[in-house]
Amino acid sequence: MDIVLYAIGALLALALIFGAILGFAAIRFKVEGNPIVDQINEILPQTQCGQCGYPGCRPYAEAIANGDAINKCPPGGQATINTLADLLDMEPEPLDAEHGQESVTKVAFIREAECIGCTKCIQACPVDAILGAAKQMHTVISDECTGCDLCVEPCPVDCIEMRPVDITVRTWSWALPQPNHGKAGLIATDLRGQTV
Amino acid sequence: MNAIAKSPHQDIQSPVAGSQVIASSERKIWPLTGGVHPEENKHQSTSCPVSVPPLPETLVLPLSQHAGLPADPLIRVGDKVLKGQMIAKASGFVSAALHAPTSGTITAIENRPIPHASGFYDLCIILAADGQEQWCQLAPVTDYRQLSPAELVEKVRDAGISGMGGAGFPTAIKLAPGTAINTLILNGTECEPYITADDMLMREKADAVIEGAEILQYMLGAQECLIGIEDNKPEAIAAMRRAAAGKNIDIVVFPAIYPSGGEKQLIQILTAQEVPSGKLPADLGMVVQNVGTAVAVKEAIVDGKPLISRITTLTGDALTAPQNVEALIGTLAQDLLQYAALKASELSTLVFGGPMMGFSVDRMDIPVIKTSNCLIAATEDEFPAAPDAQACIRCGHCAEACPSSLLPQQLYWHARAENHEQLMHHNLFDCIECGACSFVCPSSIPLVQYYRASKGAIRTQEAKHAKSERSKQRYEDRLARLAQEKAEKEAKRKANAERAAKLKAAKTAEKTGSDAKAEEDPIQAAIARAKARKAAAAGASESTSAGQAPSASDRPLSAKQKELKVQLSMAKAQAKKTERALAAAEASAELKGDRGDIEQLKSNLAMLHEQVSKLQQAFDEKAQDSASKNNPEKPAKAPLSDEAKKLKIESAMANAAVKKLQRAIASAGEDELDTLKQQLVTAEQKAAEMKQALEGLS
Amino acid sequence: MALINSRSSISQRGRETSPHALGQNSTQRVMSLVIMATIPGLMAQTVFFGWGALINVAWCSLVAMGCEAAVVSLRQRSVSFYLSDCSALLTGVLLGLALPPFAPWWLSLVAVSFGMVIGKHLYGGLGQNPFNPAMLGYVVVLISFPQEMTTWLPPLGLEGHNNSLSDALFTIFPLGQAVSVDAISMATPLDVLRENKSLTINELWEANPVFDGMAGRGWMWVNLAYLASGVFLIWRKVFTWHGPAGMLAAIAIMATLFWSGNGSDSQGSPLFHLLSGATMLGAFFIITDPVSGATSNRGRLIFGAGVGVMVYVIRAWGGYPDGVAFATLLMNMAAPTIDYYTQPRTYGHHKANKGLPKKD
Repeated sequence: MDIVLYAIGALLALALIFGAILGFAAIRFKVEGNPIVDQINEILPQTQCGQCGYPGCRPYAEAIANGDAINKCPPGGQATINTLADLLDMEPEPLDAEHGQESVTKVAFIREAECIGCTKCIQACPVDAILGAAKQMHTVISDECTGCDLCVEPCPVDCIEMRPVDITVRTWSWALPQPNHGKAGLIATDLRGQTV
Repeated sequence: MNAIAKSPHQDIQSPVAGSQVIASSERKIWPLTGGVHPEENKHQSTSCPVSVPPLPETLVLPLSQHAGLPADPLIRVGDKVLKGQMIAKASGFVSAALHAPTSGTITAIENRPIPHASGFYDLCIILAADGQEQWCQLAPVTDYRQLSPAELVEKVRDAGISGMGGAGFPTAIKLAPGTAINTLILNGTECEPYITADDMLMREKADAVIEGAEILQYMLGAQECLIGIEDNKPEAIAAMRRAAAGKNIDIVVFPAIYPSGGEKQLIQILTAQEVPSGKLPADLGMVVQNVGTAVAVKEAIVDGKPLISRITTLTGDALTAPQNVEALIGTLAQDLLQYAALKASELSTLVFGGPMMGFSVDRMDIPVIKTSNCLIAATEDEFPAAPDAQACIRCGHCAEACPSSLLPQQLYWHARAENHEQLMHHNLFDCIECGACSFVCPSSIPLVQYYRASKGAIRTQEAKHAKSERSKQRYEDRLARLAQEKAEKEAKRKANAERAAKLKAAKTAEKTGSDAKAEEDPIQAAIARAKARKAAAAGASESTSAGQAPSASDRPLSAKQKELKVQLSMAKAQAKKTERALAAAEASAELKGDRGDIEQLKSNLAMLHEQVSKLQQAFDEKAQDSASKNNPEKPAKAPLSDEAKKLKIESAMANAAVKKLQRAIASAGEDELDTLKQQLVTAEQKAAEMKQALEGLS
Repeated sequence: MALINSRSSISQRGRETSPHALGQNSTQRVMSLVIMATIPGLMAQTVFFGWGALINVAWCSLVAMGCEAAVVSLRQRSVSFYLSDCSALLTGVLLGLALPPFAPWWLSLVAVSFGMVIGKHLYGGLGQNPFNPAMLGYVVVLISFPQEMTTWLPPLGLEGHNNSLSDALFTIFPLGQAVSVDAISMATPLDVLRENKSLTINELWEANPVFDGMAGRGWMWVNLAYLASGVFLIWRKVFTWHGPAGMLAAIAIMATLFWSGNGSDSQGSPLFHLLSGATMLGAFFIITDPVSGATSNRGRLIFGAGVGVMVYVIRAWGGYPDGVAFATLLMNMAAPTIDYYTQPRTYGHHKANKGLPKKD
């Protein structure tokens, strides 16, 4: 009988000691992590375009945190999906075509001669990147434009177009070398349509 | 680390070096980490002295010849400029001025191909030489010691000098580092194969180099001046030793190895110190300048001449007469190559810079700029196309050759996987892109390209991230602003309501009999106010249109014309959108073999075109009308603007309809035909209404 | 005139990244140099153990090339491009050298094809395999056919065996007339030492006169031949000294530490361990395989030392007479970890980066 009591006592003591250590460690070494929504929002491209079906990037980040799919962001493209998958420890999926296609970075451009100064685009712009006033010609601050497309639809005279951002001498860089005309690629699928 | 000091005596084994080199100073030198020994190929271009090619007819001067912001043009097309005149000024802190290399006329400022690895065009000033070679007023300094270092730095800045070794960093910035400088190092290493520009410069202008070194030393307040030269240039070493005799300048000779001429590598060889990652040599109290830069500084100070020419090596097996030339900045490669008797049929690759770090270009109408130290017109045998890359076997030869002690093989894997985190962990940005790893790679993998691409991708991503951060901030600011506006409106509305309630209460308290009238009162007042405002606005617009002197062609449009113009452009836009939808539908129909909706759209489009032409007609008529009357009658205006308003709404609705139509087409289901029909009906209605309205107007 | 676009005179190669000058080094050259360097060892093996070694090497090479060609054509790649890098040939040669000289043809076939197909190509081919393919093949047959794998001949030399080339051929490819291998086979010195329970070392060698000398006559010469070739390869800068030095030093140190003299429980002298079994073949030809080894020089030193320790442990206390293959595979597994902790210090950095990249 004594033995059983000793055993129980020893286990209790151990439990207390380890519990104390764990409790101490939990307080002492607490990692102040970003809440997951902030981390997801950090990864999203902040175009606020709404192509995901949510009214902005943060709502979508919240939705992802609550279990929505991570492949609804065309402006971010596959890179964003991969980063998200990495963060959330999920399998990266291809972009959901329902929400749009990944395309080159674009900025809005107002053909100023045609602009009638209706301010509709100014109201639509989520990042206040359009300058102008009623009955005055508007223009886009292209450095601030996220290329979200939201100003194109409201324009009554269709004078806004999305222009791809040109690569200049200063933004150009080498591309990764082509994987060798399929000669030393890893698997047959990296032949990319070529045959040897 | 590599603290094994070697005396120069043991190291110098160059057969041509001879005894004069061995009689060098006792200064210790340290070995370079890694490094390779590519075939030197320097003898081809050193057989004859530096010559001056004939003055070219046209000079092309890119505004961006240096690291940093492009220069800002000071001249206009058609201006006459004198030799040495500043034609573009530095546009910021990190920027350099540009001077006319000869006298002549500015014929254009336009995009031209520039010497850049991208093969892109950039803004250039085009100067047609007049052959007079007429100098502008120069301001030489007889005794530079009379001037303060800061004044001299200003002179260097005005002379537009940027590093002549390759990177092209504006020299003035390096000469005012803000930290105490102990050591000035002049880089006469020229470790890249083929290039002999600095070698010839030191042979022929040793005195100028030394004088430049002294000026730089004075400007920086450096106690020590070292000139590092590889032992494969015995003539240059001898000339420099003669010129430096009795001066406080140390000529340090060390064995040739690539890439000893890199700034960081040279510092390591001469002082055993390493420039901390992400810092500058100035943080170690050192400044490194190319010997060519020293000569440019001497010419800028002592002769007052800006940087308008440089020594460029013309070499390669496709040239009959490889040599060094003193080329004006802006001379086109084709002119220089012609001068060196190019065998055009044998030319396979034209390289700007050396074979290890230079870039190939695909055309010859590219100018020589301040950093162009070499042009290699190579034959196919000389620079054969790299064989197909094989798999990396991680042999580690690249790591042996890397002067930065990186692990190129690991970087390669991570670059292929686009794993930016690991790349940063393996210090990708400490890679100096010297090409030693690619040079030794047994599998012929273009390693440097992987690193360049990865660096570019990481930079782009960082820029994107910074932008998205800013966008987020702006978005949040906007939301805050909207919320605030809403709150303010709400508050105002509340206040108004309260005031009205109070007023009402007061009035009901005052006279209970006439409450009906009291209730009407504010509305009446509002109407009256609106009327007054309208009248005022009309008066204002009238006065402005009256105030402007109307010319025959450029008359301000009347309000009516304006409205019509807006309608017209809206209708045009609508038509355009439908056209686009039609095109899209046709494309999709091509795939599906269904042409039903196309017909719908076509009729839609026809309708819209009709509408446009009607509006155009109305607009033209109105224009004629106003041309004859000059001043439209005022009473006709008010009802018309109402009409116009209505029309505007109509067209907006039509617009919306077309938009919907477009969306329908985009999704392009066959069962959408009903919707399309409906849309058509609506569009027809709209068109009819518009017609009516127009008839009413005209 | 300056506006003339002279594109036509420059070939259509277009813009290429630097460097434009390339060295003369090639994978093919590296691999064939290593293959050449095995010749002295192969000759020594042939001299002491008969024609079997030579036939084995030829047969293994043939199978290795065949496997490579088969898999590469299945992957729809250029067969000549892959065969010309000589890596398959090298794997075949190394396996041929490692297998017992009279290993039957099917044994070599299993070893080589497993090594090539599963050990190399299923991982993605050259450069992608985490394990040394030759050693993988070796271990597979070692585990599956232990009896055949421990049957070596007494190092009598060609004359001693009285064994002609055709005899050897028929031993390996028994077409009808089988020569009993058992009749002429015997264990290796390492095996004898391991099985020894009662004799002192001197008595042991006296009982087995063919093992006289430091590590058994033939074995010593074979190892010395590999050592010489290895030094030659280091001199030719095919690989660095770090891996082999680490391995040999570790074996020497372990053997010295646990050397209890001449008694019957002795594990043999350091020299015995350095010069017997596959020590030198392993040190210079197996663990120097760059694909499956560690990457940096420091890493290679650690990798080699790990193999050395493991080899000794397996020899002294393990269940197999020699442990080079197991030790190599075990360290192959450890190689990525070693790589994480042995990045060299980059120019301009105070210390080397260690471990995985830090997440922020």
